[in-house]
Amino acid sequence: MTSLPTHTEKKLGLAIDLDTCVGCQACVTACKGWNDQGYGAPLSDQDPYGAAPSGAFLNRVHSYEITPDQGAAVIVNFPRSCLHCEDAPCVPVCPTGASYKRVEDGIVLVNEDACIGCGLCAWACPYGAREMDGDVGVMKKCTLCVDRIYNEHLPEEDRVPACVRTCPTGARHFGDFADPDSTVSQLAKQRGGYDLMPDLGTRPTNKYLPPRRKDAPDMSAPLAPLLDIQATGFAGWLDKVLGKI
Amino acid sequence: MHPAPSVIVFTVLSGMGFGLLAFLGAGLPAPSGWAAFFHWGLGYSLAVGGLLASTFHLGNPQRFLRAFTQWRSSWLSREAIASVACLLALAPVALSNWLGFGWPRALGLIGAVLALATIFCTAMIYAQLKTIPRWNHWTTPALFVAFAGAGGAILAGQSGAGAVMSALLLALLLAAFRIGDGAFAARAQTLGTATGLGTIGPVQGTVRVFEQPHTSPNYLMREMIYLVARKHVQKLRSVTLIGAGIAPALLLPLTPPSLLGFAVIALVHLTGAFAARWLFFAQAEHVVGLYYGQR
Repeated sequence: MTSLPTHTEKKLGLAIDLDTCVGCQACVTACKGWNDQGYGAPLSDQDPYGAAPSGAFLNRVHSYEITPDQGAAVIVNFPRSCLHCEDAPCVPVCPTGASYKRVEDGIVLVNEDACIGCGLCAWACPYGAREMDGDVGVMKKCTLCVDRIYNEHLPEEDRVPACVRTCPTGARHFGDFADPDSTVSQLAKQRGGYDLMPDLGTRPTNKYLPPRRKDAPDMSAPLAPLLDIQATGFAGWLDKVLGKI
Repeated sequence: MHPAPSVIVFTVLSGMGFGLLAFLGAGLPAPSGWAAFFHWGLGYSLAVGGLLASTFHLGNPQRFLRAFTQWRSSWLSREAIASVACLLALAPVALSNWLGFGWPRALGLIGAVLALATIFCTAMIYAQLKTIPRWNHWTTPALFVAFAGAGGAILAGQSGAGAVMSALLLALLLAAFRIGDGAFAARAQTLGTATGLGTIGPVQGTVRVFEQPHTSPNYLMREMIYLVARKHVQKLRSVTLIGAGIAPALLLPLTPPSLLGFAVIALVHLTGAFAARWLFFAQAEHVVGLYYGQR
């Protein structure tokens, strides 16, 4: 059924640290790599080596420039994937029941065998989290690597989403937001983790941790030391004598 | 939004078809014999043809039966159910008209209500989307119903109703254009609010795209960011207002009732309706475009 559950036992999701993300795109590649072989139809590419390559990805990393009122501009890398919203607008619009939110852990998934590929869920999502697969015509989205996180055939350290496992700077954290003591809950609390477009009422599970203020040298008058040179020793004596002539 | 031809053809033709079926169901007119066969046949052809066209944009149309299951939450599913229920309810009425069985009109009235419900459901698929401010407004269902009413009345040969509905449609179109043009700005979403980088945290300021996440367009950009030919908006709006509103409203009371007259007015109306529906998609802006610095 495509009605949303009123309550989920866990709220699994990601805390994404915009301060530490360096925009290396490793999470994009790891996500694509894992989802080429795991859950559902493999994520396809169209014309990958041709003139107009295109493909379905579940995670995209944008790069933005913030120009503050004072000081230098800052570059912020901004990963964008499914936020596994509590009021996911993509779920109730689905006419077939393919799109659903799991009661046990809050993950939003697509049952690809039931998807007719109408695309309405992608229209309903404000975050661009869903992309139609160009090969098989079903909607693809982040599964929070549901085929990794519970997979007992994998070593324990690998039972996290591929993007989290691969991130070289530790900018992506995976955990249960329903547990106030979890790492992700604590991070969101300490760092002021925020929701994207909260006015749309989607109540995203994933939280973004805002960039920290960077240390900067005092740039109020960078040339001031040069104007106030005090010569000493022989140069000082010469300076004094020449000044009197 | 990408104006997919299949969806434009579907919504325009099926809207007009269900409009005609609503009039025929209500007994306005109540043809008999072969006239009934062709009149009902036209209504069914447009409605069913439109529904078939709508399957062309599906990735897996062979699974369409599943779309009848989620009526509790999905307007798309409700549309599917209402459309089939309407077509089934009106079938005996059409047979009765054609073959002169003289069966009671009640089923026809139920079918007429179901036809209107179908059009309303179609409109709500678009109107429910908070992500597309231009559509997320009561004018969307009002416009769809008015288009079906005006188009249906013309095909049903109802000059008076057609003129009134065309005038109403004209007013709604003007209102929808005016309200729609300010809808995106009214939500006050920008790249800064969409990312939170303009308003949240210790580092705030003006946000702009530094580098795109990918070098060639993806599904999102193809589907939801449509920039081509918005420059012809004013011309197409004129075509819409004249074709769908002004011309039928003026011509219907002046034209003596004849097959040719109604056919010509119907084609004029259709031209306006297609222009309107193309604009409806091409001008609609999805908030996801903000992340790409586009709309």
